[in-house]
Amino acid sequence: MSYIGLSRDEERRMLETIGVTSFEALVETIPASVRLQAPLQTPGPLSEIDLRRQFGAWARMNAADHAVSFMGGGLYDHYIPSVVNTLAMRSEFATAYTPYQAEVAQGSLTAIYEFQSMIVELAGTDVANASLYDGATAVVEAALLARHQTGRRRVVVAGTLHPHFLGVLRTYLDPADIAVVPERGGQTAPEDVRQTLGADAACLVYAHPNFFGLLESPAALHAMARAAGALSIACCDPIALALLEPPGIHGAGADMVVGEGQSLGNPPSFGGPVLGFFACSQALVRRMPGRLAAETVDRNGRRGFVLTLQTREQHIRREKATSNICTNQGLLALRATIYLGLLGREGMREVAELCVQKTHHAAEVATKVPGYRRAHEGAFFREFVLECPVDAGAVVTQGLEHGVLPGVDLGQFRPEWKRWLLVAVTEQRSAAEIERWAGVLRAAAERRS
Amino acid sequence: MAYPDDVRYTPEHEWAKLENGVVTVGITSYAAEQLGDVVFVELPAVGKKLDALKPFGVVEAVKTVSDLFAPVTGEVVEVNATLADNPALVNQSPYGEGWMIRLRPDDPDAVSKLMARADYERYLQEQHG
Repeated sequence: MSYIGLSRDEERRMLETIGVTSFEALVETIPASVRLQAPLQTPGPLSEIDLRRQFGAWARMNAADHAVSFMGGGLYDHYIPSVVNTLAMRSEFATAYTPYQAEVAQGSLTAIYEFQSMIVELAGTDVANASLYDGATAVVEAALLARHQTGRRRVVVAGTLHPHFLGVLRTYLDPADIAVVPERGGQTAPEDVRQTLGADAACLVYAHPNFFGLLESPAALHAMARAAGALSIACCDPIALALLEPPGIHGAGADMVVGEGQSLGNPPSFGGPVLGFFACSQALVRRMPGRLAAETVDRNGRRGFVLTLQTREQHIRREKATSNICTNQGLLALRATIYLGLLGREGMREVAELCVQKTHHAAEVATKVPGYRRAHEGAFFREFVLECPVDAGAVVTQGLEHGVLPGVDLGQFRPEWKRWLLVAVTEQRSAAEIERWAGVLRAAAERRS
Repeated sequence: MAYPDDVRYTPEHEWAKLENGVVTVGITSYAAEQLGDVVFVELPAVGKKLDALKPFGVVEAVKTVSDLFAPVTGEVVEVNATLADNPALVNQSPYGEGWMIRLRPDDPDAVSKLMARADYERYLQEQHG
């Protein structure tokens, strides 16, 4: 198949085949007011030299590339070791995607199997799939699974879940089926959860650490959900899981552990592409969405890999498939696998510990700047909300002048949060960078007075 | 292939057998053979009300999956729990140990309205050659 656009002649033959006289006749049912009336004005073709010059100029406008980032809010600026790029960019992997002729691609299946095994270890569950598009859709898939499993419709969501994730949930589900538990001091009170759950809840969804960077009380939340006959869904950051007790941990654990896996060896870029992970208990495996690689032996007894339990999926179960997902985020999952394999248990723990130390150091430094204080009191991991003496947007603007991205302006989510700056500090941030960031805070406060 | 005389058949290839007011339900040997090796059977909870000809469960083979349809309307009084550990019983003994659920029918006469052996054999001939 050619990737070159249609010729006039081909267009004419297609129109003839379907019995339409012209392209205009084909689209005449679309209201004229929304139709382009004249050809789109685009510049003509450029020479290779001019093209490079143009794109280079655009690329140099990107300040994020060389700014010091304290931005988080779901995507994090962790260091990506060179090995990740070197291995993942090998041509054998360059087109890595969900295998359709699965068992031919033993290399891809091996990598997926390793990915699943490491996610299982972090999540503390029995099983994990080959990955999903992103954290938000992983949460949605988990909620849908809970609804199928329980035969109940209502989805109870902790108000400290990322607002974008809640938005994606509302897009997939009937918003009337979603009940949000209001936060208290940036955290979720189990008592509030109990009152919201009721007898018709399919699941409880919560984030840990939550949107504000604070830790929740998983054991209490799981107990509340279980008592109400609902499944519990923990949405977690995999770096944090290197330190926290795995939420799926047997007995009192979450039924599903899902989340955004970007922080494992993938750049935040401009918000994507990113990587969803999905892990659950063995009891739910037949309702699990997505692809699942498994280890087996071939007829000569040699170790090999297959895609298994495919009867859950669309190509077999059609409209009754457990999910519309029939793919995975192959290349990014591969990067995560290399990252996890390289760091190992100790390395992951070190990264997570550095995040905790540096984030707490930054919080201490910031609260010594007149006018700034933490918005919440709870324990935090790699992120915290800083209440500013000025609009958080003004601090962000101030930062840009100094080559610093000081954090995420939470005013974009709610007007009452307009003085709240969500600050993330990864293992990459040096003491000098934190001082520079504090200087931005100071300058923003002084500019006001 | 031998189809027993003492059960009744549905167009969806379930069999039903009425004994002492309770209907035992499974899939026919034809269905089991068409599916191939059964690897999983999803069955309803005891106490669930089923409607005739509506799906009540799922039978899963290696490369395919099929809904199970209730032959008559009624309430589930027992499910074959041994299938969870040994789904191969469906292939080995479709009319015996491979049974799936027991129902208390709303109308016991409904079973006699299903196909008898000769009707089912004719149906298979017509439908599937």
